[in-house]
Amino acid sequence: MRRSPKDTALSQRRITRRGLVLGGLQAGVIGGLALRMRFLQVEQADEFRFLAEENRINIRLIPPARGEIFDRNGRIIARNVPSYRITITREEAGDVDKVIERLQHLVPLDPVELAAAREELEKRRGDTPVTVAERVSWEDLSRVAVNAPALPGVTPEVGLSRTYPLGPDFTHVVGYVGPVSDYDLSKIEDPDPLLLQPRFQYGKIGAESALEDRLRGKAGIKRVEVNAAGRVMRELSRKEGVPGDDIQLTIDYKLQNYVQARLGDESAAAVVIDTQTGDLLAVGSSPAFDPNLFVNGISSSDYKALIENDHRPLVAKSVQGVYPPGSTFKMITALAALESGEVSVDETFRCRGFLEVADNKFHCWKRAGHGNMDLHTAIRESCDVYFYELALKAGIDRMSEMATRLGLGRKYDLPMSSVNTGLVPSRDWKRQAKGAEWVIGDSVNTSIGQGFVLASPLQLAVMTARLATGRQITPRLIKSIDGVEQPTQSDQPLGLNENHLRAVRKAMFAVSNSRRGTAYRTRIVAEGMQMAGKTGTSQVRRITAAERRAGVTRNEDLPWNRRDHALFVDFAPAENPRYAVAVVVEHGGGGSTAAAPIARDITLQALYGEDPPLTAYPERDRGRIRAQQARLRELRPPEDDGRPTRA
Amino acid sequence: MSYLEHTVKYTPSGLRKVFYLNWPLLLLLLAVATLGFLMLYSVAGGAFNPWAEPQIKRFGLGMVLMFTVAMIPIYFWRNVALLAYLFTLGLLLLVQVMGDVGMGAQRWIDLGFMRLQPSELMKVTLVMLLAAYYDWLPVRKVSHPLWVAVPLAIILIPTALVLKQPDLGTSILLVMGGGTVMFLAGVHWAYFTAVIAAGVGLVTAVFESRGTPWQLLNDYQYRRIDTFLDPSADPLGAGYHITQSKIALGSGGWTGRGFMQGTQSRLNFLPEKHTDFIFTTLAEEFGFLGAVSLLGLYALIIIFCITSALSNPNRFAALLTLGIATTFFLFFAVNMAMVMGLIPVVGVPLPLVSYGGSAMIVLMAAFGLVQSAHVHKPR
Repeated sequence: MRRSPKDTALSQRRITRRGLVLGGLQAGVIGGLALRMRFLQVEQADEFRFLAEENRINIRLIPPARGEIFDRNGRIIARNVPSYRITITREEAGDVDKVIERLQHLVPLDPVELAAAREELEKRRGDTPVTVAERVSWEDLSRVAVNAPALPGVTPEVGLSRTYPLGPDFTHVVGYVGPVSDYDLSKIEDPDPLLLQPRFQYGKIGAESALEDRLRGKAGIKRVEVNAAGRVMRELSRKEGVPGDDIQLTIDYKLQNYVQARLGDESAAAVVIDTQTGDLLAVGSSPAFDPNLFVNGISSSDYKALIENDHRPLVAKSVQGVYPPGSTFKMITALAALESGEVSVDETFRCRGFLEVADNKFHCWKRAGHGNMDLHTAIRESCDVYFYELALKAGIDRMSEMATRLGLGRKYDLPMSSVNTGLVPSRDWKRQAKGAEWVIGDSVNTSIGQGFVLASPLQLAVMTARLATGRQITPRLIKSIDGVEQPTQSDQPLGLNENHLRAVRKAMFAVSNSRRGTAYRTRIVAEGMQMAGKTGTSQVRRITAAERRAGVTRNEDLPWNRRDHALFVDFAPAENPRYAVAVVVEHGGGGSTAAAPIARDITLQALYGEDPPLTAYPERDRGRIRAQQARLRELRPPEDDGRPTRA
Repeated sequence: MSYLEHTVKYTPSGLRKVFYLNWPLLLLLLAVATLGFLMLYSVAGGAFNPWAEPQIKRFGLGMVLMFTVAMIPIYFWRNVALLAYLFTLGLLLLVQVMGDVGMGAQRWIDLGFMRLQPSELMKVTLVMLLAAYYDWLPVRKVSHPLWVAVPLAIILIPTALVLKQPDLGTSILLVMGGGTVMFLAGVHWAYFTAVIAAGVGLVTAVFESRGTPWQLLNDYQYRRIDTFLDPSADPLGAGYHITQSKIALGSGGWTGRGFMQGTQSRLNFLPEKHTDFIFTTLAEEFGFLGAVSLLGLYALIIIFCITSALSNPNRFAALLTLGIATTFFLFFAVNMAMVMGLIPVVGVPLPLVSYGGSAMIVLMAAFGLVQSAHVHKPR
């Protein structure tokens, strides 16, 4: 192609000019890019370096070992055992179904657990390990480990799991742990990040729950390098956590076992308290259940059975159940009247089988009447009318003051769930709760532990211990935390007239040891071991006028849940009290027949520290007791399980 | 001029041409490519596979191609420019049809040993055709509207096809590359002013049309723009790429974390670490000094191209060289600006460094044209 030289020259000039403009523009852009690099890489370098580290380094928690729980002698009650489980990580597994199928050939997989795992695998992020099998045996675990190459994404893991070697014996005291639920989390403000770990074991009820903060310990921290998918590439550093504090209870496991075994299938509760220190030696409630069922989630059928049982096995009746104390309240009425100065120890009142107060007839349990009664005989024979008379003299204010002083109506600070306050009625209380004024009839009902007054077996045991010692015995359940002995608070005197107390104790001794005492049949005959007690029978229903005319229906003829509660409190040895015991048998009938025998057996067991000699029992009981001892021995836990215990 | 032309004009022939190659340019290309091999080796965790080795092979192939193209006289390339353009346009249409059939955005043709992206090839053949067009067109006519309309059509037809793939990055590069050749050829300033004004209008239209049934861009493209405007708003979602990219760049500091020590790339925080975002790995591991060095090498390549072009009396050769240099410039400038968070994330690789067959081969062929222009320059 020919062009004119002019055209060529013009073109070349233009290209040169524009080429230089373009080059200039490009130089400008390159300069701008260099400046931007400088800004990012030099001026903001520190900030971005920090962000890069933050990206790369992930902080993982190392769950601490949960504190273990021991009885007063160092026998382990709640321990941690290695638990083997198998997890699958979806991202690493690739074809999850195929991997699970292969796994099934090696390890038995629970279909329910597997279904839950499949669901979780779908829901969770691909890099989260999901548990497919728990509590795997060592053999199964090894089989999985050996076949690891064929099972991508499958990891055998070792963790710690809670177990309760004594089974149901301590269910109502220690409770159990379980996986943290959303509901648990909703109750906690600013929860420990540990709780968000999948399947973290968290105290659900009992001491496990109440002492959760001490038992849990502090999480360790490991810094790991992760890639963008969150997979751990290597561990950078590790700071071990602080294990939870070990806790020693005041409970004696042998006595606790005996109490639970003795209560058997009754709906009942029993509390044994050390009258010197206030230590709770046994806190029993029946029926009980195996706490291990709950640790990994209870099956719905088991749970349904527990819920539907009319004996309410899930309730710790020892502290949670409250009952009208019935005649066991009479010592309080007596002391209230004596301390008021209105009544003397020797003063007598006549029991005609009833007392008319404000146009109402209040009956004595003995229709024919007791005749002339003083403090000693009235307690011994549990005369109601005598105490009606005292109530009229003492008045409700003094009675409720005395009840409070002896330990009723107060919530003890024990590490158990739902410790009940009970109820000591007063004028103010009735005005507020019922919107009505206190009437004299209320005082009369209260005097024999009926009406509004409510007490837990624990409170009755405390009351008995206070009567036995004259000191302000306060129950203690924790002996030590992390080796640090917890204080006892049982030294303060109650400030009651010693003569009055002595008279009450003497009368209680007569209850168990005088031929006319209501609990004479369940006495202890061993020298120096005799107990002083008081029976109680509290009504669950009101006796209608019609029933009264027709003659009171016998308890045995009533349906179970309408029968009277049977109560018994005692301390022993009467001369030098060491233990106070309270027993409540729900709907058991009479205190002397249903509760007193249990209380005597438990008291003797506490006194001897083992099965008492049959000679401690009255002769006619010995055959039956021998059989009973043999039967209960079967339920005893093995002497030791070969694991070092802690003092 | 005419006197000089007669006395000095001398065009090498035969194997002697090798001595007249632009050797500094060739060495620069080799240097940049070598840096690329190092980075690909690094992001693979210290391994030649899967990226470094194929890249080296392709570069070798590219070198052979460059020599071959360089040995062929420049007038031949001018003469086949239209053919080459039409051929590439045909390929673009072909992938369009195949893409429709294959239910997705297919951008390449499988040649067996590599996947050829016609859009990559178009970047070069478009510049070739425009250079040939202005070589043929008398200078006086270049600003005549009729003669402006022709190159506009030449640019916009393939651009429309590429945009439809959809490949926003390449379409921008096509428009800018073609526009540059028009600018160099001497088209009147007023046109460019008008186009820039129209561009602003278009951008406004793009934003205004959002959410309406006739919106101009894909949703993912809108999201990329959002991400650019505020990447921190969604650091784990749409803004993830750019945030991680800036973290990697910034954490390099002055001298970098050391070869194969970049945590961002080694731990996979970087997206597309072997392709579009490879510059971040380089900046992370070799720091500001390393990044600026690469920028310096690129700048030198451009400078050598411009010098060669401006001293070339052949109009086609000059325009072609400048056009290719600008296309090359746009490649790395857009890529760097993108990973440094200056412009939205559009898929543009870092030339000669990013892993990728088409771009490497096509670029080496383009530099073969530059070399051919240089070798066959009348001296």
